[in-house]
Amino acid sequence: MKPAENLVAEAPVLELDPFSHDYIVDPYPFHRQMRDAGPVVWLEPLGIWSVSRYAQVKAVLQDPETFCSGQGVGLSNFKVDEPWRPPSLLLETDPPRHTTNRAIISRLLSPATLKKLRETFEVEAALLVDQLIEREKFDAIPELAEAYPLKVFADAIGIRPDGRTKLIAYGNMVFNGMGPKNDLYRSAMENASAVSDWVWNACQRDALSPDGLGVQIFEAVDNNILTETEGAMLVRSFMSAGIDTTANAIGSALYCLSQYPQEWQKLRNDPSLARATFEETLRFESPFQTFFRTTTRETSISGVALGANEKVMISLGSANRDPDQWSEPEKFDITRSTIGHVGFGAGIHACVGQMMARLEVEVVLRALAAKVASIEIDGPPRLHLHNTLRGYATLPIRLRAS
Amino acid sequence: MTRIIYQQLDGRQDILDVDDGTTLMQAAVSRGLRGIVGECGGAAMCATCHVFVEPSHLHRLPAMNAVEDGMLDSVVDERQFNSRLSCQLMATPELDGLIVHIPRTQV
Repeated sequence: MKPAENLVAEAPVLELDPFSHDYIVDPYPFHRQMRDAGPVVWLEPLGIWSVSRYAQVKAVLQDPETFCSGQGVGLSNFKVDEPWRPPSLLLETDPPRHTTNRAIISRLLSPATLKKLRETFEVEAALLVDQLIEREKFDAIPELAEAYPLKVFADAIGIRPDGRTKLIAYGNMVFNGMGPKNDLYRSAMENASAVSDWVWNACQRDALSPDGLGVQIFEAVDNNILTETEGAMLVRSFMSAGIDTTANAIGSALYCLSQYPQEWQKLRNDPSLARATFEETLRFESPFQTFFRTTTRETSISGVALGANEKVMISLGSANRDPDQWSEPEKFDITRSTIGHVGFGAGIHACVGQMMARLEVEVVLRALAAKVASIEIDGPPRLHLHNTLRGYATLPIRLRAS
Repeated sequence: MTRIIYQQLDGRQDILDVDDGTTLMQAAVSRGLRGIVGECGGAAMCATCHVFVEPSHLHRLPAMNAVEDGMLDSVVDERQFNSRLSCQLMATPELDGLIVHIPRTQV
């Protein structure tokens, strides 16, 4: 589309760094600033476009031909800068190859498969919650938010049982790696070699349990759709996307329920609200805050001309609190309709693991709702400072049994 | 704009004017129609937007792809020859007057 003649709009220029310490600690005022400034803004000093309103975020995500993923979904443009590792076969790949790769994963997560996993997840969630009630006071991040997906999700994939915390470290690398090479990036990459090696080895065919979902990815290798290396890369994508994100969501759900005791009571009175609680957490404190696309050609957004090969920042967290889309967006309300939220993204790259994530978090929230009378924050929570994800590093809580 | 008829089990018809390019699932969910859930938001991942297409209208629809075909095996109200996922059916002028029957349940 030729943008030249009909355009009436120039994008507002904002001096705003979405990777600054202030933004990461509390992005919401900056989201408001960007949304209020216009449908698309130019951010200095990074020199990137940014969309923060629901309508434009949705529109960009649903036009993957114009706004591609193959040049990286972080700040870095793979046409210009060397990526820190070979591009993800899922996240950083475009159709048609992306379509094939995604289908390999999505067919593993059918409703029938997830149904079979439910009972196992319920047993593990009940065990874990019982243990935590015994202990009464603990840090909810390592002991619950991370421990639970590291157990049930990693078991489902069939990853070896020892050393799984390296999956958290690897996810930390992948997602911080989408930001600039700042102190958060460097800190995440501290043990890059050791962590990467462990994860790579754990994703090989012979390291995976024969009963898990991971090994089934290698059927595509046997059918000559993928190479052996690509098979392991897909397993790795699966693993690295499925731990940190879910852990952040669980931590944030606990935090929100502790701060909104009426919502916690609603959940206790009706545990079938567990799934809705997860959706509202994804909207209200989106674990995945920021993503990028790269323009494949000259284009325009809301009358503003964009050149080819330019980065566009998409703020999922902002879209999920856009007052043009949501009534009382700043309120955590587990009974509201969250239909259309972009916590899992949207379009062809929408989170392929979303049904698995829903199952995991529903089950653990139900277990808590059934057994726990109250969730109290028992000490100062500490946010995990991160270029891309939002969640807690430390969340001291106290559970009282019902 | 295309007229789509959603036939409920209790005999009631919900008749919607759907913008071309909008899926039948999106139209139903955004208008609060009973019987279509669409939990995954149209990503062909949840099999909760299942409809039975009026048999004599089936030929008007584009063929299903492999992903939809796979997902239809997971619908709760048993798959029939005329089962489709409404998130994969986009309104076009050729579909004016299309009738889809809402199943007994999606979950």
